[in-house]
Amino acid sequence: MTGPSHEVLRDIHRRMVRIRLFEEAAGRISEAGRMPGFIHLYVGQEAVAAGVCTALRDDDQVSSTHRGHGHLVAKGGDLSRMMAELMGKATGYCGGKGGSMHVCDLDLNMLGANGIVGGGVPIAVGAGFANKYRANGAVSVAFFGDGATNIGAFHEAANMAAALQLPVLFVCENNEYGEYTPRYLTMAIDDVVERAPAYGMPGTMVDGMDPVAVFEATTAAAARARAGGGPSFMECKTYRFYNHHGVQTLGMKYRSDDELNQWRAKDPIPRHEDLMVGAGAMTPDGIEAVRAEIAAEVEAAIDFAEQSPLPDPDDLLDGVYSGPADQRQPL
Amino acid sequence: MAELTYLKAFNQGVRQMMDADSDIFVVGEDVGRKGGVFGSFAGLFDEFGELRMVDTPISEQAIVGLGIGAAVCGLRPVVDLMFMDFVLVAMDQLANQAAKLKYLFGGSARLPVTITTNGGAGLSAAAQHSQSLEAMLCHVPGLKVVMPSTPYDMKGLMVSCLRDDNPTVLVKHKRMYGVKGDVPAELYEVPIGEAHVVRPGADVTVVAYSRMVSESLAAADQLAAEGIGCEVIDLRSVQPIDTETVVASARKTNRIVVVHEAVRFAGLGAEIAAQVSEHAFDYLDAPVARVAAPFTPVPFSPALESRYVPDAPRIAAQIRTTLDRG
Repeated sequence: MTGPSHEVLRDIHRRMVRIRLFEEAAGRISEAGRMPGFIHLYVGQEAVAAGVCTALRDDDQVSSTHRGHGHLVAKGGDLSRMMAELMGKATGYCGGKGGSMHVCDLDLNMLGANGIVGGGVPIAVGAGFANKYRANGAVSVAFFGDGATNIGAFHEAANMAAALQLPVLFVCENNEYGEYTPRYLTMAIDDVVERAPAYGMPGTMVDGMDPVAVFEATTAAAARARAGGGPSFMECKTYRFYNHHGVQTLGMKYRSDDELNQWRAKDPIPRHEDLMVGAGAMTPDGIEAVRAEIAAEVEAAIDFAEQSPLPDPDDLLDGVYSGPADQRQPL
Repeated sequence: MAELTYLKAFNQGVRQMMDADSDIFVVGEDVGRKGGVFGSFAGLFDEFGELRMVDTPISEQAIVGLGIGAAVCGLRPVVDLMFMDFVLVAMDQLANQAAKLKYLFGGSARLPVTITTNGGAGLSAAAQHSQSLEAMLCHVPGLKVVMPSTPYDMKGLMVSCLRDDNPTVLVKHKRMYGVKGDVPAELYEVPIGEAHVVRPGADVTVVAYSRMVSESLAAADQLAAEGIGCEVIDLRSVQPIDTETVVASARKTNRIVVVHEAVRFAGLGAEIAAQVSEHAFDYLDAPVARVAAPFTPVPFSPALESRYVPDAPRIAAQIRTTLDRG
């Protein structure tokens, strides 16, 4: 068959299931009041993070969003350190200083989730600049939502990347809502991808519920960028299965049950599992085994997080500055 | 040691550091082919080429963001914002991103970004090209802010900023570009966070920075003829502030006058007054006084602007008032 190898199909699947099971667990823990703050779940959008990150090299960077758990998992993030961070524990990725909206792993070249809509996009452009500067053949990816394409930082970053011909992939996860407001009320175009040519970069419309389509589009865009062809833009049409934050789906006046059910019918995971079985890449038993293995990993992550200590309050001042000025408070 | 202008000292510091460290590059509006609108980067494009002297669109958020992303990936960017007023256009990237990422990431990031910009009034540039906004920057944990007043400090502080692993902001004063002074030919550092006692004195301490140092020294000269000894402290860094030096001087002279070009309300003077009252209250013979700009936008007409910007006669008048007490 043409298309990705069986190994790639299995890789994509594993990344999606790791995201899904981690997020469902985090949602339950949050609902139960065992997690401080609030979380934005990535459930429903797994095909985008998994499809993109499977197509990347380890040294390719990604910048992320407030709905960023999925991007870190897809980049290979450690579920225990993630869960610990979501619970505000000392063993978390950020030592409890960042929480859900700031999980990051610089060793994996995941440059952080980001609490400011659009805030991570210029940072990805900077990573792309560093790649061009070093001529290392790496690309950077900016993940952002449809809502972020209405903010100035996105426009500045897209124009900058194109003007400087930087190896950057702009990946728009269009889940049709900016917080609670439907996209059609916030822009006068039908497809976000229409914005790409205005910056002088190619734009591709991708089914964001189809991880193979996302993988293939990313592979092509990354190859172009690595060869010096500059940035490109992908719009991935997708949907968040849960609320803007938290896990409730009922009583959401801003989305109809019909709409939600239509998108749930496109759930990327069973769809991809059917594809793998049909292609002979995996058996149903094999899929169950992967799910069971990842479920155990998630349970272990929860145990690790729950048993981990809270940060020492004396660590409050650490990490503001690098070097000897750290811990130095104004008198 | 050669005599250089304030601007040439900056330029020499950048050039020598770029020679020494290939991870340093400059990014901003007109920094490359034009050499900076004020000539800050003159000659560097020819020497280092377009990869290291990057001309950008007029996009302050993306310029700062580019610096952040490049710094997280190991480079050491110089990010130039043409006017200090434009810092406000980039404030999310500066205050929410650059300043906070290290802490948010649990200390695991290094952000060696040096932001250079041009502040200060006196050129009839009006309210969007003349501001002194350092108090806003000093209020954000994670940033360091330096405001040199001499060619020597300019080069030394720029070198320190470029070697620092934190986001730093270096503010040049637009009216000081032609000021000359001795500058060593080699690389050297002026440590960030160390004030300089420019002129010792026994009767009153004047705390200033940037262009207000020279105005304060001129006031001190006038007052010396009246038998008043002014100790003039140049803070050089406004975040962090060298509280120890200021407090030690307050305990010696018992009187403090703070001078800055930024508006008086909620300016650095308020912070210094609070610190002195916390650490030297029993030594004070007079309230801490502030000489600063009024609470208005910077005006355009020279007739108005010269009233707006503090000067030596006004500083001297305040010092006399402060000495009349107690």
